[in-house]
Amino acid sequence: MRAAKRIWIMDNFGQRVEKFISLFQGNSADAYISDILTGLQNTVKIAVLGLIIGIIIGTLIAAVRVMPKYKRLPRVLNAICGVYVGFFRGTPMVVQLLLFYYVALPLLDINASSVAVAITVFGMNSGAYISEIMRGGIMSVDPGQMEGGRSVGLSFGTTMMKIVIPQAVKNIIPTLGNEFITLVKETSVVSFVGATDLYVAFRKIGTSTYEFMVPYLVMALIYIVLVLLITALIKLVERRLRKSDRGR
Amino acid sequence: MIEVVNLNKSFGDLHVLKDINITIHKGEKVVVIGPSGSGKSTFLRCLNCMEDPTSGSILFHGVDLTDMKVDINLHRQKMGMVFQHFNLFNNKTVLENITLAPEYIAKKQMRKLKLRRKSYGAEIKSAKQIKEETKANAMELLERVGLSDKAEAYPSQLSGGQKQRVAIVRSLAMQPEVMLFDEPTSALDPEMVGEVLEVMKDLAKSGMTMVVVTHEMGFAREVADRVLFMDDGRILEEGTPDAIFNHPQNDRLKEFLSKVL
Ligand SMILES: Nc1ncnc2c1ncn2[C@@H]1O[C@H](COP(=O)(O)OP(=O)(O)OP(=O)(O)O)[C@@H](O)[C@H]1O
Ligand SMILES: [Mg+2]
Repeated sequence: MRAAKRIWIMDNFGQRVEKFISLFQGNSADAYISDILTGLQNTVKIAVLGLIIGIIIGTLIAAVRVMPKYKRLPRVLNAICGVYVGFFRGTPMVVQLLLFYYVALPLLDINASSVAVAITVFGMNSGAYISEIMRGGIMSVDPGQMEGGRSVGLSFGTTMMKIVIPQAVKNIIPTLGNEFITLVKETSVVSFVGATDLYVAFRKIGTSTYEFMVPYLVMALIYIVLVLLITALIKLVERRLRKSDRGR
Repeated sequence: MIEVVNLNKSFGDLHVLKDINITIHKGEKVVVIGPSGSGKSTFLRCLNCMEDPTSGSILFHGVDLTDMKVDINLHRQKMGMVFQHFNLFNNKTVLENITLAPEYIAKKQMRKLKLRRKSYGAEIKSAKQIKEETKANAMELLERVGLSDKAEAYPSQLSGGQKQRVAIVRSLAMQPEVMLFDEPTSALDPEMVGEVLEVMKDLAKSGMTMVVVTHEMGFAREVADRVLFMDDGRILEEGTPDAIFNHPQNDRLKEFLSKVL
């Protein structure tokens, strides 16, 4: 009885797979493929550009947060950064996305595609997280490095950019890699503002065939492959950086 | 050249420097001695405002460095500093360590000159020219301390003595008017102390103004024009090496000397 049921399930699963594959041989194959590719492209675009923006914002915030606070300006900047980080870490990404798309854009009367909005929100969001990662990285660098730079008359900012941050980045590459992977996975929330991502592409396939099992499995597989690729890439970068370190 | 007026420094409740007054003249070699924790490093670091004095002023060529409106970076270029733990830039080669600041600052000045169109008479150099000049200057200095073959090495590949000589050269490349040394040989293995002291003696002979915190009493005797004895945040006695070492007056100084000599 049990064995019979298992065979039935396997058969059934086999049929579903065949059905899924046949989709890509039928008339609307091109439409499905282009949907998936668009979804994949958007996922990668949002994650990569978001990460780059995030690194820039995060580095700036981290630099402000470790600035000496004798003067008024650093204190004001620091307070602003505190609020910024608090907001982006304290609310879900979906909420931020919805706020930007349905509140900020209309209020500011800006026309922007949902993908552009997603890139912006992802960048600002990861900026908040990366600022904390970067701050940890900066604090892990020997304070003597900053003193060495200041002692020859370089400013705080110049020493930060040329000496401290390059060393900090080297220390936080693995953590930055995790942040990137998180971003890739989180891109699935862009469907909330109507952009096509992998989830939207496969949902479309599912709804048109009333069969969701295989499409969603394939979707998960694509995500896993993507993450494995990124992991390999990070390892490569790490090894490169270590080589340039020579003997250290 | 440097005038310290009523300098006080506290870390929270800890009053580390108490009403220090002293003038350092051009070409003078001042050696600071005293027991651990007496405030020697703090005093030295206040001279170029690495530590911000709690009160009092540091006049460098008559300009008060403790004034927040003063561009401290500009003045630090003229005050070299050498640290106990070298503080070389780990991500840069020896040559880059030396050329980084002079090249960066010279380029910045050129940009300013060009922008203000104040260039009549002033020579405008290209970035390449600046780069070549600072490099040539760095190589010459490295030659002087016997390290020209290490130009492309990273700090992690050098011995302590070599690191400290590079650190001295890094400061010299800015063509400073005064050099501040904070226990430059304390982190070195004994066999490397000599090579660093040699470089410092050469520097002294060349007429550089120097303020040196050290436990090397031999160096103090040989090089110092004036020795300051610090204890508990005050300068308790000052004088020529002969007066300090052979005819100490203060009881604390006598006790200190009996321990270190
Ligand atoms: N950044 C700081 N924060 C708090 N206390 C400090 C700081 N730097 C120094 N101190 C304290 O100030 C006092 C003087 O320190 P300083 O380093 O100037 O002594 P020193 O004479 O250089 O001693 P040593 O010979 O051990 O180097 C010490 O009690 C030290 O603990
Ligand atoms: Mg000290």
